[in-house]
Amino acid sequence: MSQAATVHSMVEPAETPLTPESWGKLGMWIFLAGDAVGFGTLLAAYGAMRATSGDWPNPYSVLGINLTAAMTFLLICSSVTMVKALEWLGNGDRARAKVYLFFTALGGAIFVSLQAYEWSHLIHRGLHINGNPWGAALFGTSFFIVTGFHGLHVTGGVIYLVAMIRYVTNRPQPAASYNAVEITGLYWHFVDLVWIMVFTFMYLL
Amino acid sequence: MATAATTHKHPNYMAIFWYLAILTVVELAVIFMPLGKFTIGALLCALALGKASLVAMYFMHLRFETRTLGLVAVTPLAIATLLVFLLLPDGFAVVHQTAEKKAAVSTEQPKH
Repeated sequence: MSQAATVHSMVEPAETPLTPESWGKLGMWIFLAGDAVGFGTLLAAYGAMRATSGDWPNPYSVLGINLTAAMTFLLICSSVTMVKALEWLGNGDRARAKVYLFFTALGGAIFVSLQAYEWSHLIHRGLHINGNPWGAALFGTSFFIVTGFHGLHVTGGVIYLVAMIRYVTNRPQPAASYNAVEITGLYWHFVDLVWIMVFTFMYLL
Repeated sequence: MATAATTHKHPNYMAIFWYLAILTVVELAVIFMPLGKFTIGALLCALALGKASLVAMYFMHLRFETRTLGLVAVTPLAIATLLVFLLLPDGFAVVHQTAEKKAAVSTEQPKH
């Protein structure tokens, strides 16, 4: 027993060609893969409900796309500010990295605010979670569930980004927070990626 | 770890941004094109997948990562593809039934 324990303590951490460069990054990727399955299931369910419904409203004419197209552009811009924040941190400029992290969080906050505006506008026009004047009741149900689930992710992302500004502030060495900011970026870009899918499947198609 | 991370290649992020912006404009233009419903749907799906790949490959650095992360990222895609094939038979069955009902109604109408 004691011999086994001694041998065990001498064993190096297992390194294989598949060992990731950062375990934190691998952890975030596994979380995102699970989350992607969640969103994938929601969108697949949306597709199945729409395909089997006889009176599914035309999303493009009911929802409108001008505001959401602007929201899509805003999220793409916030992804750029996120990569710029990481780039500046890699160059050792913590102050600029924090400014770009702030812009990213601001982009997310504006996105959620625009979504709240869009929701209130649609609810006012009669789109409810349990029915609407245009056709299948499930149209409203799926719309609010999918966009709401995504909106919650953006809200979580904004909180995460604000926490990261504090994280970077508390670490004088830029290299000390690089990995954590890169992991935050993975989450933020994923939220952008999901919106690309939601925008296409729920608004354009 | 962080020093290893900083040695990552940084792609031209602004070029990726412009690709994404242009693809979004193309998506909006596709809706108004005088094409069939199926063609528009296929084009929109292809454009969305293209945009998502750009984000994953360059913004999420998947192109410069190890095989492990690539495998993790591909898994949900495989599951989603499987899910589509699992749901398709149900969709076809309902569409088929609806068509049959409509056909039955149209053949019954002349009797009345």
